[in-house]
Amino acid sequence: MNSADLDALIGQTPGGDPSQLIPLLQKVQEAAGFLSREALDAIAGHLGLSPAAVYGVASFYNQFRFTAPGRVHLQVCRGTACHVKGSSDVLDTLQRELRIQPGQTTRDGAFSLETVACVGACSLAPVVVASGPGVGSGSDFHAAMDQEKTRSLLTNLEQVTECNA
Amino acid sequence: MQRLTDPCCPSCTHTPSTPCVRFVTCRTEGPLCHDDPACRARREELLVAARRERIDVAVVTVGTGTCGRGAGALKVLDAIVRWSEASGRPVRIEETGCIGLCTAEPLLDIQVPGRARLFFGNVRENQVVRLLDTVIGRGEAAPRALGQLAVTGATAWDGVPGLWDHPFFAPQHRRVLARCGTTDPASLSACLADGGWRGFSRAISGFTPREVISEVESSGLRGRGGGGFPTGRKWRFAQDTPADQKYMVCNADEGDPGAFMDRAVIEGDPFRVLEGLAIAAYAIGATEGIIYIRAEYPLAIERLQAAIAELTACGLLGQNILDSGFALRMRIKKGAGAFVCGEETALIHSIEGKRGMPRPRPPYPAVSGLFGKPTVINNVETLANVPGILENGAAWFSSVGKDTSTGTKVFALSGKVVRTGLVEVDMGTPIRTILEDVGGGVPHGKAFKAAQIGGPSGGCLPTRWLDCGVDYESLKQAGAMMGSGGLVILDEDTCMVDLAKFFMEFIQKESCGTCIPCREGSRRMLEILEAICRAPDTTDNLATLERFRGVTHLEHLAGVIRATSLCGLGQTAPNPVLSTLASFREEYEAHIYERRCPAGVCKDFIEFSIDAERCTGCTLCARKCPVGAIHGAPKSPHYVVPEKCVRCGACRTACRFDAVIVK
Amino acid sequence: MPMINVNGKSVRTEPRETLLEALRREGIRIPTLCHWEGLPAVGACRLCVVELEGQANLVPACATPVVEGMRVHTHTARVVDARKTIIELLLSNHPDDCLYCPRKGTCELLRLATELGVTERTYRGARIRHAKDVSSPSLVRDPEKCILCGRCVRVCSRVQGVGAIDFTGRGAATLVAPAFIDGLNVSSCVHCGQCVMACPTGALTDARHLRRVTAALDDPDLTVVVQHAPSVSVTLGEYFNFPPGTDVDGLLVAALRRLGFDVVFDTSFTADLTVMEEASELVERIRTKGPLPMFTSCSPAWVRYVETFHPRWRDHVSTCKSPQQMMGSLIKNVWARRRGVPADRIFSVSVMPCTAKKAEARRPEMLTDGRFDVDAVLTVRELAELIVSKGIDFRSLEPAQPDHPFGTRSSSGKLFGATGGVLEAALRTACFLLTGENPASDLTALRDTDGVRELALQVGGTELRVVAVSGLAAAARVLEEIEAGHLAPHLVEVMSCPGGCVAGGGQPHGQDAAAVATRMQALHRLDRGAPLRFAHENPEIRALYEAELGEPLGETSHHLLHTHRGGGHEA
Repeated sequence: MNSADLDALIGQTPGGDPSQLIPLLQKVQEAAGFLSREALDAIAGHLGLSPAAVYGVASFYNQFRFTAPGRVHLQVCRGTACHVKGSSDVLDTLQRELRIQPGQTTRDGAFSLETVACVGACSLAPVVVASGPGVGSGSDFHAAMDQEKTRSLLTNLEQVTECNA
Repeated sequence: MQRLTDPCCPSCTHTPSTPCVRFVTCRTEGPLCHDDPACRARREELLVAARRERIDVAVVTVGTGTCGRGAGALKVLDAIVRWSEASGRPVRIEETGCIGLCTAEPLLDIQVPGRARLFFGNVRENQVVRLLDTVIGRGEAAPRALGQLAVTGATAWDGVPGLWDHPFFAPQHRRVLARCGTTDPASLSACLADGGWRGFSRAISGFTPREVISEVESSGLRGRGGGGFPTGRKWRFAQDTPADQKYMVCNADEGDPGAFMDRAVIEGDPFRVLEGLAIAAYAIGATEGIIYIRAEYPLAIERLQAAIAELTACGLLGQNILDSGFALRMRIKKGAGAFVCGEETALIHSIEGKRGMPRPRPPYPAVSGLFGKPTVINNVETLANVPGILENGAAWFSSVGKDTSTGTKVFALSGKVVRTGLVEVDMGTPIRTILEDVGGGVPHGKAFKAAQIGGPSGGCLPTRWLDCGVDYESLKQAGAMMGSGGLVILDEDTCMVDLAKFFMEFIQKESCGTCIPCREGSRRMLEILEAICRAPDTTDNLATLERFRGVTHLEHLAGVIRATSLCGLGQTAPNPVLSTLASFREEYEAHIYERRCPAGVCKDFIEFSIDAERCTGCTLCARKCPVGAIHGAPKSPHYVVPEKCVRCGACRTACRFDAVIVK
Repeated sequence: MPMINVNGKSVRTEPRETLLEALRREGIRIPTLCHWEGLPAVGACRLCVVELEGQANLVPACATPVVEGMRVHTHTARVVDARKTIIELLLSNHPDDCLYCPRKGTCELLRLATELGVTERTYRGARIRHAKDVSSPSLVRDPEKCILCGRCVRVCSRVQGVGAIDFTGRGAATLVAPAFIDGLNVSSCVHCGQCVMACPTGALTDARHLRRVTAALDDPDLTVVVQHAPSVSVTLGEYFNFPPGTDVDGLLVAALRRLGFDVVFDTSFTADLTVMEEASELVERIRTKGPLPMFTSCSPAWVRYVETFHPRWRDHVSTCKSPQQMMGSLIKNVWARRRGVPADRIFSVSVMPCTAKKAEARRPEMLTDGRFDVDAVLTVRELAELIVSKGIDFRSLEPAQPDHPFGTRSSSGKLFGATGGVLEAALRTACFLLTGENPASDLTALRDTDGVRELALQVGGTELRVVAVSGLAAAARVLEEIEAGHLAPHLVEVMSCPGGCVAGGGQPHGQDAAAVATRMQALHRLDRGAPLRFAHENPEIRALYEAELGEPLGETSHHLLHTHRGGGHEA
């Protein structure tokens, strides 16, 4: 996202109102995929906050990320229902197959991995949510995952991202 | 197409700028301002249409809540469209929220003109054609229907039980969920036709704010978000605080892992929640209502936005609502993911654009909250209970439940149970009823171990508490708490130490970091649990000593964290340990002294091996093993190399001969 | 007057006060770590918890208002055990290197651990590791020693309006840091050091120049010259058991000599010189309608604050170098020539109540002929440490006099040490410049520890409007008022630290409002009885102008005493 687009996007929110910080961070992240230094500085300037305060808020919440996500962003639900139905094995499998830790992106930029507290779809446990340009618009819920399904999900997604890359 | 909310003829003068006090009754029982038989007939017709009592073409309603979508409801929806195009039969497709029986998703119902609605569960995309051919095409009841729902004036299907007689629904008492899964959540007309917004109309036209609060107080309604604080009393504090601006906040930042009641209620019936919010705002004198909702709930947000727009368009929100002089604006604030924001002062900080760190109370938010103004924060389910109280009276509300726990409670039933989903029962209903009747018991013949209720701050109730009723006092007595309504069933394969560790990890991660006991204490507790579950370190003699020392500190540390933490999250942070320790001490002891995990979960304590007697040498396990830890020639027994094995269990899942042994 | 019961005894309290205030007035010591006078309670450290009858949990005294009939127990076994556990939990994530910590002796955590009887490591676990941030010329941030009390964060954002640091992350991963956990050098930090004053542990400390100074003192080829700022003589004594506000000027000079400094000058001399230049600059600006209001430039954190946050006001800051830099410039350029010492053989040290002075000395415009005017800056804390480490019994020293020609000062120069002082000194001389007469009375209206003080006075037929402000958040409010047209002063004195240099970021740690007031009064007492009260009457100042500078704002002054940030005096 170039700085003119960024300024235009930020400019849609009235300036000087610190209570607009979180909505603005969400808006920028939605458009750019993540929060860059430039974006945070621009937001800070626009709302009359210090960059440290803006970073402080952004780093408090799970939603915000400061590095570009992969073309497919995988979220493993770590809610209670998912846990008792084996989501830690699903997470282990993803970590092993992708060779990344939660919060990281694979070197080729194809996948990023994240754990989420609970996606509120406990009856589908264990759940993996895939989103990002690699899976089209919106997000895909993958229900009742196990290691086998996790591996085949990756294989399918890999084919898709290669096509889209 | 004319909707129920539209005026019948030019004589009707109601608009948002020229509001009419009897708007809601006029639309459902009117017209009231002029007497014209044609108009009355027209109103009747619209009402019947909104209730779907008379339909021209078959209607298929698909549950497209998040659970439904996750299970593939949108594909089913497409398949219905394709069927209609291919067969040339017109079908009206409607979407609805979650009916509660999540295990049966994708779930749909078919209504052909003149017949009751027929519900079907687990409908796969490829089953749509046969299903629609049978019901719509041939007018026959397809086999395996979940049940039927009567429609006024329509004929019931023979041999199909009533939907509400289904074992999942029979013990339930659906008040908050009354419209979820059967009514179109996007249609205000359908909502009004079903009696929606009557409570608000009554409140605003016939009650002073003080009277509204009295009504809510005498209903005995208590906060459904966890604390159980009397709702009316909370409102009264805010009402009694003079201020030029007050805020009414709906807390929909459902953060408990294992809870999805709020999401389902909003997706299924956003109008009910907003009605409750509007009544509360009127009662405390707030002119702004804010719904603080998780950003992870895009569908719920979408439905709320649409509902607010529709309510504003017909004058149920905005300036001088129904000519009462009361004005109310509503907006949505998306949370950014922090469990601690369920705490009121943290939530306020978050809306103000700050880090969601709780602050000491007093001052309480009802006195000084959002932007320093009196603020009431109620959870989704609490507010969804309010319209019924105003519509039917306090006595109606408290006619079910127990003395200090009146009304019903919605639970998100999940985990090791046959039927998972959204359950609404009278307060005081035994857990056994929810587990065995509603949920259908534990699957695969496994033994029940415990019911985890109330999220991370709650507790685990073992078999001896199965007859405990779900009400505030009984649960407290049992060492758990109501919490927001997460109810996760655990079976014999769940390790309670591992579960405590899981919750501590969650709490530790979600601690805001402000106060020392919660921030440092929960971390140390987690480390002690990790040490308990870790394989003995033979190279370090001190490690064993440290592990024992840690265990002796656990309870003391828990006491200090509970007594000194800043907010509710911190004060209840030790609960996962205390509650599992109370009922499952022997599991802890097995881990600590025998270095063994009875449930076979803790990976450091289990070993995989292959039973040579049973192994056929099919090589499937070796192929599935992600780390190449299984060796063996084809057609001869395989074996596991323990040093390589990562204990992922892939072999056990893969083996068709039950030859993989876990010890 | 709510009556409460404390440990079985009835106590009368003030309405709306907190339990902590009531208990402390009652003489009951309640430990705190996150509490900071003047800022709202955050209730983070939980050390002040007490038992309140009727409450299952312990309550924090700092955030609990007194209520009639309350029954409080402050030191039951349960309470003391909880406090001890909290300290033990903090220690479980704290480095064990107290012996090597710059805060040993003044560390609040160590003091509390001692008071609460912590004698063993009860809780063990992984420590969170972070690298030290040594990127700032003034401050060192050592996150491993941070206990997340948040005092620095609140002081930086609320008192100073800077917000260079904030909490980042969450839970156990919480960290006080600049945006993106970058170095302080690329943050908006203005180096005021108020965070160091607020820090209870060694997490925020001075960028130490001690080693540089001791090395220079040991180098026989170097002439080591030292200057000391006006406020140092009224605060240093506190390290040697003198009551706050004791003027130890003579002992200070003696100690500096004993430490081996070859020459000891008094920065108050260049404060007088600043008065001459700044008063002249003001008169000149009024005459030529130069950018007004003019802001003082003595406080380097303020100068940096303007540059970072309000660059459009930059031209309004006086071009005068601060007294430290004027002295540094005079030493290397005038004194060196007169003494025949090559400037590169001189090591110039200053003792300052300030951490920002360390950064100021390294600013590019503080080079005269390619050399830094000041080579090392010691805070009062560092000087006290140096005196102790060299085995000097401070109290038994024989008072001594500074060296000349930069050792004579008027008491005006000494006033620079407290808020309002620069104005008072400058107005005395401005009055003389405009009317040829000294003012009849003192401008006591400018003497106060906090807030914004405005004054309008008639000088030779013209009205002169001045404003004194201390604390950068207050300064920002003054800028807003000026911008909005509510204020139209000619001269604004800004001291970055609330109260002025007597409460500067390089002074003894902690928050002691009473001590600050006493230090300030000490400076005013010195002025009251002083034989020489006006900068323009200082004979050494006169001699300097006659021999070297010519007149204020003259060409030599310009070269040596002014910065060239692009003000109105370039030509």
